[in-house]
Amino acid sequence: MEETTAIGSKQFIIVKLGKELYGIDIQYVLNIDRMTSITRVPKSPSYIKGVMNLRGDVIPVMSLRLKFNLNEDSYDNNTRIIIIKIEGHPIGIIVDAVREVIEISEDRIEVIDRDSTDDQHHYILGVARVESDLVSLLNLQGLIDSIR
Amino acid sequence: MDISQYLEIFIEESKEHLQSLNESLLELEKVPDNVELINEVFRVAHTLKGMAGTMGFKRMQKLTHDMENVLSEIRNGNIKVNSELLDVLFRCLDNLEFYIDSIIDSGNESAKDNQELLQKLSQILNNDVAEKQVAAAVQPLESTAASTYERKHLNITFTDYEKNAISKAYEQKFNVYSLTIYINKNCVLKSARAFIIFRTLEKLGQVIKSYPIVQDIEDEKFEDFFSVCVITNSDKSVFLKELNSIAEVEEVLIDTVSIEEQEEIITTNKKVHNEGVKKKDTLQKNNKPKTNRTVRVDIERLDTLMNLVSELIIIKNGLETIEDANQNFIEQIEYLERITTNLHDAVMKVRMVPIERVFNRFPRLIRDLSRKLDKQIHLAMSGEDTELDRTVIDEIGDPLLHLLRNAADHGLETTQTRLRNGKSEEGNVFLRAYQDGNNVVIEVEDDGQGIDSELIKSKAINNGVLSLEEAENLSEQDCIELLFRPSFSTVDQISDVSGRGVGLDVVKTKIEALGGDIEVKTKPGEGSKFIIRLPLSLAIIQALMVNIGEEKYAIPLNTIQNIEDVKLSDIKFVQNQEVYHLRGHVIPIVRLDSILDVRKEEEDKESLTVVIVNKGEKQAGFVVDSLLGQQEIVIKTLGKYLSYIKLISGATILGDGEVALILDVNTLV
Repeated sequence: MEETTAIGSKQFIIVKLGKELYGIDIQYVLNIDRMTSITRVPKSPSYIKGVMNLRGDVIPVMSLRLKFNLNEDSYDNNTRIIIIKIEGHPIGIIVDAVREVIEISEDRIEVIDRDSTDDQHHYILGVARVESDLVSLLNLQGLIDSIR
Repeated sequence: MDISQYLEIFIEESKEHLQSLNESLLELEKVPDNVELINEVFRVAHTLKGMAGTMGFKRMQKLTHDMENVLSEIRNGNIKVNSELLDVLFRCLDNLEFYIDSIIDSGNESAKDNQELLQKLSQILNNDVAEKQVAAAVQPLESTAASTYERKHLNITFTDYEKNAISKAYEQKFNVYSLTIYINKNCVLKSARAFIIFRTLEKLGQVIKSYPIVQDIEDEKFEDFFSVCVITNSDKSVFLKELNSIAEVEEVLIDTVSIEEQEEIITTNKKVHNEGVKKKDTLQKNNKPKTNRTVRVDIERLDTLMNLVSELIIIKNGLETIEDANQNFIEQIEYLERITTNLHDAVMKVRMVPIERVFNRFPRLIRDLSRKLDKQIHLAMSGEDTELDRTVIDEIGDPLLHLLRNAADHGLETTQTRLRNGKSEEGNVFLRAYQDGNNVVIEVEDDGQGIDSELIKSKAINNGVLSLEEAENLSEQDCIELLFRPSFSTVDQISDVSGRGVGLDVVKTKIEALGGDIEVKTKPGEGSKFIIRLPLSLAIIQALMVNIGEEKYAIPLNTIQNIEDVKLSDIKFVQNQEVYHLRGHVIPIVRLDSILDVRKEEEDKESLTVVIVNKGEKQAGFVVDSLLGQQEIVIKTLGKYLSYIKLISGATILGDGEVALILDVNTLV
């Protein structure tokens, strides 16, 4: 029985963005960095903050706040850059803070209605209840595909 | 012994042999009765056959075997070389290449057996040979040189145990032979060949002794011969027949072993034997460097090495920025700089490959085009030894192929038109490569009809690429540049008329992806010239670091012509464009801050710092806020997500760990 629950659950990193909580599937996460200097890239979309140096490699950094039409980031001691890697290409995502890593079993994830007209819902896989909070689980693939 | 370990060598060697066959056949077409060439072709085909046989590629062996038959008749003067014959031979080469490719892909030759081609070959053979009634098989040239082969096997000494075995064999009416087998000196897979020979011998009898020992033979520690002693119930002639049928076996010497004789020979030959060994030792010493001189290295390992050098340079740059450095410290850094520079050069050199690798397939292409288009085309190549980075070499072939095909197909006129216009009957296509500073330049030129800019213009207007107004203001050069637009290549009518649209945008994209650029020069009636400029090194370049507002950018040094302090009053307006007169040239001014959307305070300055950059013959002046100095930078890509931003060609990491962007001069000019 234990085995089946293990298969049906995933680990997520829970991050804060304003008052909301988001979950990032840990299998895509390369590492979590503190805020570092970011070089602006001209002619890139506003939510691309620029590029950073990740141990000798240059990778783009995206602001999740701007992507989700929230206020501009204000960086503080809690700001983190989550480096994720999808299809071999790394990209950094700026979040307000990282809270914890938790395991969420799939039956606790509520898939949200795809018909929703809100653009943001393309980037959300579903919502899960963790203790008393609601966590939106990010659809990283959708998020990445939208960068063009 | 496992044959698969030879597969890689086999593939490489076969490719080389095919290439040399290609070249020789092309040459042969020009001088059909050059005996040396025919011999060369024959020899290479023979080697190929042997190699394919060794590796067990039966179809390849069969094809080369039939080719060899035809070639042999050519060599004997029974068949005359003509273009039709060469067409067939070239098709054989194509098919051999096809086999090799499929071996590379799957480890097996494909199932395609080329019946039609084989039939053609035998047709050629039968027609001509039947008419002339020639004497049968040619005596191979090699056998006349038999005097150079020694009966080395007479030097074999037997242990008591072996002697015992031999006398036992005789008692049981077996034959005992000792043999010396000579392999072609040019044989590339000697030990594999030896393996085949051993297998044949073991089919016929039992090998009881070999010199050198089997292990040494497997390790290729022998010259072109080895000796064995065999117990068998077959006859000498069977041995001779079986062994001589193996490719690349030059000579087989065979004797019956008798133990008594053996004793005598040992005593008389001992001296000779010793000398022989000595001679062999020196020979082996001479041979050794040959195998050790080159090493095949996986390109990924070189990349790793390159990355490490890059990091070293970044750290060096970091050390340079440390403020409170004393004299001693600076000296040490200069020392480090020398080392990193040398290391960088060394690694780059390892990656360099002569462009010959790409060029050498073009004579064949032109020959085929010449026949297909029914035009006489002469291809003149120069600078084949110019070296380029391996990655560039791998990518540059297709664009060049495109350009050459264009030149032959659309650039050159038909023979009749040429004659009518007072040109030589034979059209010329030039392919040149040379190094120019930090660039390598490749030119594809033809002396054909040139490009009609008016025609392009009218087509562009028809297609809505240009408005009438725009078209009028367009210079001839800009007009020709339209050919590189993607929209142009997709429109069929244009490529039919001007013939220059097909794939040129692809060519341009590819070359720009390699960090290079391409331009065209053309004169109606006299021909056109495509000039490709490629950077020598892809990974590390010298750059000028500049400030634009608060941001740092890098401009590749090889694009910079000079730097000028320009008074605001010297900047004039031409058609709403800021320009500056510099020594008779009108140079457009590019305000980088506004193009790059740099946010900065408006300030009143009396003069501007302008970096004059070149793109081919075009120039432009980039306005920057300040100059930070020259620096060696390591180029990194912006990655997949940002690759669409054309203004930026890449990024680099500065000494303090920050990222600076590299401006793409090609798109900015």
